[in-house]
Amino acid sequence: MKILNIALLAMMALIMGTLPSSAIIVVDVNQGHVNPLPIALTDLVGSDQEITSSGSVREIGQKITQVVTADLARSGLFNTLDQKAFINSANGNTNPQFANWRAIGAQALLTGTAVLDEDGRVRVEFRLWDVLAGTQMTGLRFFTSPKNWRRIAHLIADTIYKRLTGEDGYFDTRIVYVSESGPYLDRIRRLAIMDQDGFNHKFLTDGSYMILNPRFSPTAQEITYLSFYNDTPRVYLFNIDTGKSEMLGEFEGMTFAPRFSPDGKQVIMSKAERGNSDIFAMELSTRRITRLTEHSGIDTSPSYSPFGRYITFNSDRGGSQQIYVMDSDGGDIKRISRGNGLYATPVWSPRGDLIAFTKQTGGKFYIGVMRPDGTGERILTESFFEEGPTWSPNGRVLMYYRKYPYDNRGGGGDTQLWSIDLTGYNERQVITPLDGSDPAWSPLMD
Amino acid sequence: MLKNKFYAKFLLMIGAALVLSACANTNDSAMDEAPVPVEATPPPAPAPTPVETVQIDPLSQEALDMVMGGIEGAMVHFAYDRYDVDATARNILQAQANWMQSNNVNVIVEGHCDERGTREYNLALGDRRANAVKNYLVAMGVNASRIRAVSYGKERPVDMNDHAKNRRGYTRVN
Repeated sequence: MKILNIALLAMMALIMGTLPSSAIIVVDVNQGHVNPLPIALTDLVGSDQEITSSGSVREIGQKITQVVTADLARSGLFNTLDQKAFINSANGNTNPQFANWRAIGAQALLTGTAVLDEDGRVRVEFRLWDVLAGTQMTGLRFFTSPKNWRRIAHLIADTIYKRLTGEDGYFDTRIVYVSESGPYLDRIRRLAIMDQDGFNHKFLTDGSYMILNPRFSPTAQEITYLSFYNDTPRVYLFNIDTGKSEMLGEFEGMTFAPRFSPDGKQVIMSKAERGNSDIFAMELSTRRITRLTEHSGIDTSPSYSPFGRYITFNSDRGGSQQIYVMDSDGGDIKRISRGNGLYATPVWSPRGDLIAFTKQTGGKFYIGVMRPDGTGERILTESFFEEGPTWSPNGRVLMYYRKYPYDNRGGGGDTQLWSIDLTGYNERQVITPLDGSDPAWSPLMD
Repeated sequence: MLKNKFYAKFLLMIGAALVLSACANTNDSAMDEAPVPVEATPPPAPAPTPVETVQIDPLSQEALDMVMGGIEGAMVHFAYDRYDVDATARNILQAQANWMQSNNVNVIVEGHCDERGTREYNLALGDRRANAVKNYLVAMGVNASRIRAVSYGKERPVDMNDHAKNRRGYTRVN
């Protein structure tokens, strides 16, 4: 699979010539759903006469605005105003008539153009306006192959998100997950990848053997995962560009629950020896493996802190499943989970301030967060079964999977990807072609 | 299903034997009866039902399941979040070990969990269970090199709602 970023951003430049305004409108990401910012997103203006392999440039401009609108709306932080209410139609790059946008309650406005260049690339320009102040907040110009229009849309959405929230976006990202199909007692589980909004979906394995626990590399087009190839569950490394996979080390026992270090140079994982699972780190360049824990209890689900100094993991060494934190060399092991119930699948936020987890108590499952010292536990969502949170690269959104109970007629058991904002609002199903589990969010693409 | 097929064949064979002995008895008793006028055309003899005989491969899963009284018998079960082999399981594993000692096969011992837990923890728990079964078979005299312990975590349930049935170790001829 070829990666989109090749030949994507031949140039990406700030549009000069307008003074940067001081930020008058700001979206507070911590407010959740309370006051989504009203934003008007006009179609990027393009010509019907300029035809590309992805449709006319006018169609590309419209499609880009549709994807930007969907991204921003899905974040829960923006009220994307209905184009039917617009008094002005799209006006390209000319100065907007702000009064007409104020009249419909817009506080921010997107305008822009799409033009076919002589070299066959599309030039996309957009400007984000502060409607109340009547000033431009930001503007960018992109050059790319027409078929990359969807990525341009996500980059525009990320730029708007960042300008209005002050934090990096997460729209130009992908999700790798386990696609599930077939009868509930004989599931087919294969590796699949898609854009964060569900488009460009692709299966990466054919389902002839079970795949679990996929995770993105933070630095390369690589995925590590667990494969049951040949009835031998082992951790593999998959190269997205070449489609090739290789087993990471050859061990007598199972290796599982892999996860990259933040610098992408190591994979941390569980390794089982005669029934006992401990945590090991493997240096990818040498395939050298280092033992980090040694205990008769189960040690699994390891996850590094953002700079790789600490590791959080799941262990039943104290008699029940709890969350622990240790130094990345295995020293100074401390239990941090303190509430009632079982705690599992700890995952350190990319911002470092929180650890997300799965909790099991009273016959239900929960996704929550706590500080790395175990304080401030907060439950975000609960259901019959859910587990395995993964963070958006900006640490604002969690994705996980949920499984519904079987019903008496042999149905039910649906397994779906869901996402929720860190505020606990804006819970949404992430649509996949078949059932899905074990989502893992990519970093922002370069 | 394999088991049922086998029993069906077995019953057919028993049935055939009973028919033969029944015929013999009829002939014996007929000697005491008065002669009956012979009819011009005797009724046509019914064609014998063909009996297909298939040898059960003594080294197959079918054979192991048969010895154990079916697939259920090739399984041992575990308590919630536990991996110790209880008395019931020990009886089953003793029989498995006996069978392995007289049949030269290798097996995979599958460790399974119920669905009420996280995926990664259950992989580890399934590995504990598979190894607990393997260790018992080895203690009963089976060479460890003939047994491979594989955890499937909670990914291969056999029952949608009965969690106790899913917490199991299954011995599979490899």
